[in-house]
Amino acid sequence: MSTLTEDTGTAAARETPVRRRSRADRLPYLLLLPCLVVIGVLLLWPLGQVVAMSFFKLDNVRQLRGDRGWPFVGWANYTQILGDPFFRTVLRNTVLFAAANVLLTMVLGTLVGLLLHRLGRRMATFVASCVMLAWATPALTGTIVWKWIFDDTSGLVTWAFNALPDGLSQALFGRTDWSGYGWFNSPLLFFAILTLVVVWHSFPFIAVSVLAGLKSVPSELPEAARVDGAGPWQVFWKITFPVLRPVFGILVVLSTIWDFKVFTQQFVLAGGTQDRPTYMLAIYSYAEAFSPPPKYGVGSAVAVILTLILLLVTGLYVRMVLRQEDES
Amino acid sequence: MKKVALNGAGLLVALFAAFPVYWMVATSLKPHREIFSATPRPVPAHPTLEHYREILTGNLIPGVTFGDFFLNSVLVAVSTVVLSGLVALLAATAVARFRFRLRTTFLIMLLVVQMIPLEALVIPLFLMIQRLGLYNTLPSLILTYLGFSLPFAVWMLRGFVAAVPKELEEAAAIDGASRSQTFRKVLFPLVAPGLVATSIFSFITAWNELIFALTFVNDQSRYTLPVAMTFFFGRDDTAWGSVMAASTLFTLPVIVFFLLVQRRMVSGLVAGAVKG
Repeated sequence: MSTLTEDTGTAAARETPVRRRSRADRLPYLLLLPCLVVIGVLLLWPLGQVVAMSFFKLDNVRQLRGDRGWPFVGWANYTQILGDPFFRTVLRNTVLFAAANVLLTMVLGTLVGLLLHRLGRRMATFVASCVMLAWATPALTGTIVWKWIFDDTSGLVTWAFNALPDGLSQALFGRTDWSGYGWFNSPLLFFAILTLVVVWHSFPFIAVSVLAGLKSVPSELPEAARVDGAGPWQVFWKITFPVLRPVFGILVVLSTIWDFKVFTQQFVLAGGTQDRPTYMLAIYSYAEAFSPPPKYGVGSAVAVILTLILLLVTGLYVRMVLRQEDES
Repeated sequence: MKKVALNGAGLLVALFAAFPVYWMVATSLKPHREIFSATPRPVPAHPTLEHYREILTGNLIPGVTFGDFFLNSVLVAVSTVVLSGLVALLAATAVARFRFRLRTTFLIMLLVVQMIPLEALVIPLFLMIQRLGLYNTLPSLILTYLGFSLPFAVWMLRGFVAAVPKELEEAAAIDGASRSQTFRKVLFPLVAPGLVATSIFSFITAWNELIFALTFVNDQSRYTLPVAMTFFFGRDDTAWGSVMAASTLFTLPVIVFFLLVQRRMVSGLVAGAVKG
């Protein structure tokens, strides 16, 4: 991370005085060639392709194989999506879900980072190891386990609610028997559980990054503030936070990007793409294209909209990283 | 008093983070009766390997075993790792060892490319796979994952290459070694640990991936493990013992690999936490 900007100034200066042999000049480009080909063919070309596809009516896999023509429809796919009230539901779901998840992940991750910083050596190792487990668990199996925990017959949560005193359960929720209760049936509950799963998967990264940042804060600063009578709240907002501000900026942007395109957890938790009321942009795009009847053009248009939103956020991210490299 | 509160909070965090993983393993070791008993037992009273036996010896679909899916996944992940490691090492050497005009442009591109939402590329890559005649083959996945893992691999590996003192290569050159000899005999052995760490990340990317594997492969005998698990266990919601046994077998390699790469980070964690 450290050499990016340092080189911009010196690269030209180094090359001009002695012209190296032309083979040596070409060598770095030759070494880069396979990488550029892979990135170009497998990432950049498809990115352009998805934009192109969004302007065609594509509803048959034979069109993709090249056996049939591609009727050009202009902006029709976009006007269809943007005019559909359902798209507004999807967009609202996506934005609210991302906002809630970024907020919760950041708060929990930061608190855990601060906690790890204050714990004793052995306890910190233990807690950090457990946190690593959540981080390391694949999205797929992590979600399957949460699904089992919320199983409607033998799941732990169903058991816990059944174990509540009947009077209390009746007063709070209006029911005493929770066996067979569909935890995933109402969209709001579904999103709550999805949030739990996603936050569980993503807070470790925030915690570890915040902890790494905390180590860079000279410990004299918070100590001096504490001696001067500042409480933990003041120490955090007046000293720790300003020093870690760039780190927080990058973490928020990265989390936003990740939470905007949650797919695997939702797909597994909902058991596929049938649960339309809980659609978010990524799964909406996928379902349009791949659930019968296929609509690759409309799916592409949704994918383009998702990409544009993330592009905005990415622009912020790159500016932050470049500024950081400037400072270090 | 304050210390007790801190440690209590630490235990709560540890419980929240580790419990699902523990519960997965614990459930996989419980006999049917315990899994479906009215009162769940925190620890298996009569641990059994019956679910593992069931998973490993039975056929998930006629003619295809868990082992077959496992092998498909290993094949895809290992091919991805080898290709991505090779290409990334060349590119990282270029970036870390040479100063050339487009170097900064390349690095910025690398950064931006990592932000492309891969979920948005399912449809165009599906088109490409169809056109190339690779639909329903494992190479379709290897190609896809190569693209996904490469930018991060280069980004990570360039640090490792840059950390190898240039003087070593210069000394070898003075001793008459050719460029390719220097690369093979001096740079490569020293970068190898970094290459291993980078490979682990590529492996995890390929091993965990679900959406593309679900879309590009139709033939059930060519499913990778994630697809097989989603497909077969999605239909049978009651076989939680087998589901958890399969999940454990799928998750274990990832956790082991992940902890290997993260070890340095954890020791860093502790070093910073000693003060508290």
